[in-house]
Amino acid sequence: MLTETPSAHINIHIAGENALMLYFSKQASSDVSAKVQQAERLIRHAMNDYLSTDIIDLVSSYASLMVIFNLTTTDHHQIRYKLRIILQNLDEFSKVDGDAVQAELVELPVYYALESGPDLTIIAKRAKLSVDQVIDIHQAQEYRVYAIGFAPGFAYLGEVDERIAAPRLSTPRMKVPKGAVAIADKQTAVYPNVSPGGWNIIGLCPIDMFDATSSPIMPVKVGDKVKFKAITKSEFLSLGGELPQAIETIL
Amino acid sequence: MSLAIGFLVKRSGMLSLIQDAGRFGAFNIGLTNGGPMDLGAFQWANRLCANELNATAIEMTIGGLALTAQLNSTIAVTGANMPLSINGQVKELWRSYHVKAGDVIELGFATQGLRSYLAVAGGFTITESFGSTATVCRENVGGLTGGKLKTGDVLPCANQSRTKNLILPDKLRPKFSDEVILHTVPSYQQKHFSSHQQRLFFSSEYTISKNFDRMGYRLNGKKISCDIDGVLSEGICHGAVQIPADGQPIVLMNDRQTIGGYPKIGAVSSVDTAMLGQLSQGCKVRFEPISMEQAHNLFHLNLSRFNRIQLDICD
Repeated sequence: MLTETPSAHINIHIAGENALMLYFSKQASSDVSAKVQQAERLIRHAMNDYLSTDIIDLVSSYASLMVIFNLTTTDHHQIRYKLRIILQNLDEFSKVDGDAVQAELVELPVYYALESGPDLTIIAKRAKLSVDQVIDIHQAQEYRVYAIGFAPGFAYLGEVDERIAAPRLSTPRMKVPKGAVAIADKQTAVYPNVSPGGWNIIGLCPIDMFDATSSPIMPVKVGDKVKFKAITKSEFLSLGGELPQAIETIL
Repeated sequence: MSLAIGFLVKRSGMLSLIQDAGRFGAFNIGLTNGGPMDLGAFQWANRLCANELNATAIEMTIGGLALTAQLNSTIAVTGANMPLSINGQVKELWRSYHVKAGDVIELGFATQGLRSYLAVAGGFTITESFGSTATVCRENVGGLTGGKLKTGDVLPCANQSRTKNLILPDKLRPKFSDEVILHTVPSYQQKHFSSHQQRLFFSSEYTISKNFDRMGYRLNGKKISCDIDGVLSEGICHGAVQIPADGQPIVLMNDRQTIGGYPKIGAVSSVDTAMLGQLSQGCKVRFEPISMEQAHNLFHLNLSRFNRIQLDICD
């Protein structure tokens, strides 16, 4: 009985001596992301069981999954073989399971204003829109959490409406404030902590994106949907938000 | 408020960090690995104290740390050649010593290599954050408070009754050089670098720039160009060699960002990233391509050598 290898479209490449990259597509989409999430769930399931010593860690992203394995117990041939078996029914699972099982809709409040979002004007000017229209467009849609990484709690959300998509600043800010809601190309995110960064800041969110002492540690996980909701300055402050002294203006 | 005793930090040194073997399983919330830059030297320090290999120790970069023992214990320092003294008396690296409450352990500055490891019998008793004690300053995670050691910190550990001291014989100790060959598995976006660019990369000498830290080592040398500007952000493995737009390679190390979108030409073997972690500005490296199988061999040869060596009893 010959059938087409069901996982033939997952390309497995070498990353490093103990790391393999699984590529699911060249392009990001919510379908691809759902597939990555499903593959991650299947592998984690095996990691709780017979692969607990062989696979050390996973890093999922837009269209790929990196598998770190234990060189003292296995090698890349064995891991490839086991991954192919685990993932051979991925398409069927994806159809049934989709991402409806665990995905949640998380609403994040945002204080959008010129004092909290110094790049609103630039985006509005480029798009030939008013600042209020930019704000309306940003909070009009649900975004998908595509990846978490770069820094603790940093969630990459997509996809931003074409009209307000904006390239990264040519000179990144040395200090982006904690809670900054920002746009880079068709991605948007909330900075979990003060850090350097080149994304366009359009507002501030008073919710902690990473709190080691709370459970869960992050309000979102990969696969979740996020919706932003405008709040007033007083609501922002009463939710524990703090206005930074001044946000560097980049001209 | 903690009444635990162990070792008091009398002088913090340039950069002294609590480290265990590293943090694994927290990539999904964006936390990187951390852990010792020279895993071999870290493991030797623990073996000399008859510890488990991942017991919590201190990674000292450049040097300058001074500790006062508050109880009886056994210590060992391995790694870069940092002058060690106990109560003002010069001592050897790569062997263990008994210390009594009140003893002062001092380290000078490394003369060869960059990072040393100080282990104590039983390991330091530090509360784990996300399954590990490894300190990653950039993330403010691990160690005592998420940062480097400060004067006045107390590093708790168990009181230890006297046991035999151990030594790694001189001829078996790693030697540190200012020139290292980095065996690299071509991988990731390798095919987006022309064969000419790959030959250039693997035949040129690179110098460690002033930008080197636990996150990555930025190199200066022949500019390497790639056919593409970037890829969809993806997982970055330990040792990955990223080529940004300026064409100067960056080798990503323990505290690297977990995902990123710059093109990568390959990944350095872990045996060699440990050597790279001992280099600083001005040192020279070359990249040499190896297959995945050769990388596995290198790893296993190194591991079996480590396991085969028996420590001598020295008192």
